[in-house]
Amino acid sequence: MKKLLMVLLLTISPVKAEIYNISQLDLKSHQGKVVYLDFWASWCKPCQKSFPWMNSLLQKYPRDAFTIITVNLDAETEAMHQFLSKVDADFDIYHDPSGRIAEQFEIEGMPTSYLIDSNGKVVKKHIGFYSKQVDRYEREIEELL
Amino acid sequence: MKAGYYWLVICTLLAASGCSSLGVKPWERNLLAREDMLMDAAALDLAFDEHIYFSKEASSGGQGFAGGGCGCN
Repeated sequence: MKKLLMVLLLTISPVKAEIYNISQLDLKSHQGKVVYLDFWASWCKPCQKSFPWMNSLLQKYPRDAFTIITVNLDAETEAMHQFLSKVDADFDIYHDPSGRIAEQFEIEGMPTSYLIDSNGKVVKKHIGFYSKQVDRYEREIEELL
Repeated sequence: MKAGYYWLVICTLLAASGCSSLGVKPWERNLLAREDMLMDAAALDLAFDEHIYFSKEASSGGQGFAGGGCGCN
């Protein structure tokens, strides 16, 4: 009975975030899936607002066709861990303290997110996160699925 | 004369390159986004300063602007 309960709990509990070094980021390995790539930082309030929505996307769309990858741009690792102790994240996080990848993607504001299609091509770019535009963001994802 | 010309060119180039990387990148605004970096972080100090400013200049306000420094507003 105890074993069964444990199995049930493990199945029900959401997948927690794994934190990787930015050097481990390989977008090509996600080809074949629609990728929502999000750049965020712990001090950015709209980023915090986007987290519950991103978690809900993972529940909504099939994992074999859609994934979320986020890049944290905090210069201090501690700030990122502190943020993650308060806010739930069910997706993988790549830590880029020097902003090397952010520079390559020419980030103009925080948060910035990119919608990448299954061929690895960037289709959309969102600067900032606006709760009122969530429907549009989801429509854009659904068009690619 | 020629040496002076070269120096002028070098100094102009150096002066111009000084402005080549102005501003902070959006992901470097963590310090600007801190609450103690707000213009009105210390309310009492601000009230005193505004009172003095108003007494001297007969005008007030215009010391801040909206936005938390995240670059998304």
